[in-house]
Amino acid sequence: MITERLRGMLRRPGTESSPGAAVLTPGHSSSATKLFDREIVSTRPSRGLEQFFAYLRGQAGLSILDLAGASQENINFITNLGHRLYSEDFVRSLDDIFAGDDQSNVSRIDQFLRQTLNFGNEEFDGVLVWDVLQYMAPALLTATLERLRTIVRPQSYLLAYFHSDEKAQQVPFYSFRIKDQQHLLLTQRGTRKPAQIFNNRSLEKLFKQFESVKFFLTREQLREVIVRR
Amino acid sequence: MSTMPFKAPEPETTRGQASIGKAVKINGQIYSKEDLYVDGDVEGTIELQEHRLTIGPNGKVHSSVKAREVVILGNVQGNVDASDKLEIRKDARLVGDIKTARIIIEDGAYFKGSIDIVKPEPARPPGSPAPRPPQAASVPAANAQGNAVAAEVKR
Repeated sequence: MITERLRGMLRRPGTESSPGAAVLTPGHSSSATKLFDREIVSTRPSRGLEQFFAYLRGQAGLSILDLAGASQENINFITNLGHRLYSEDFVRSLDDIFAGDDQSNVSRIDQFLRQTLNFGNEEFDGVLVWDVLQYMAPALLTATLERLRTIVRPQSYLLAYFHSDEKAQQVPFYSFRIKDQQHLLLTQRGTRKPAQIFNNRSLEKLFKQFESVKFFLTREQLREVIVRR
Repeated sequence: MSTMPFKAPEPETTRGQASIGKAVKINGQIYSKEDLYVDGDVEGTIELQEHRLTIGPNGKVHSSVKAREVVILGNVQGNVDASDKLEIRKDARLVGDIKTARIIIEDGAYFKGSIDIVKPEPARPPGSPAPRPPQAASVPAANAQGNAVAAEVKR
């Protein structure tokens, strides 16, 4: 049975749901990919994305880290701009390493960081973080942001997304694919339980080690955040 | 009605190419002057001058790989240099850095590493002069290759 809220999400105006859209099963939170036989795809404009690539305009040969895992669209878009792309599937690693266990376990956190954010001496000129940070418990999130800060060059940018519905128990879990500089193709792979929900003030606090934070609030209850190192 | 005994066709993946079966394990260097299909374990290096390398679904390669075209259906841990094209198929797993002219990655594939797209130099018509070397002695020769070089540019 589909809840009214999720039904509304599936019927959102402007979205192009695939035929025979997936059946959402309430009560499941982790490993969203297993919940769905088919994916729900929609295209949406993204001011954050536009801004992120505007900062990179006129430059080539930059190192960009994409934490959503490798997709053909993102590879094409970023390498066509002349940049080098680094890819890491953060959510997959999160599920593999913690597998539903406590995300405050120090040795697991260390393992996670070694596995996901260990790029030798490489420093990045931009990081596409997407929505992965909201699935991390406070201890893991703090350690991850600290590591991200060390591998990103000063005055470079991070693009992150956070769901803004503070009462949400489950939020749509997307893979983000770049259609063009202003548009994203969102492929919903299911729902996940966010470890934390952030508002503007808590996001400012979260990124206090960074130079600046800029927000864009969207109709889809997604808060787009541009963070400057 | 034919009296010829029935002969099962060869699998598409291994026709007309050398093959390393799934029960084979190799430690060392492999050089091949024909297409190669690897469905076993390889530790070392694999180099195919102008040919296609296919890592089958059972293939486990812990080595750097260099070929004209590379298709991965199995598991590769190492850098991949595919001068023409790299395909990472669904359920494949690649951990390593990629250098290639074209890349195709299917949904469901796992990749961790960096991607350098290196555009091939355009073919020169016969008799045309060779391109002049760069003026500045400090610029490496690889700088002629667009993206490959651009990756070294720092802000």
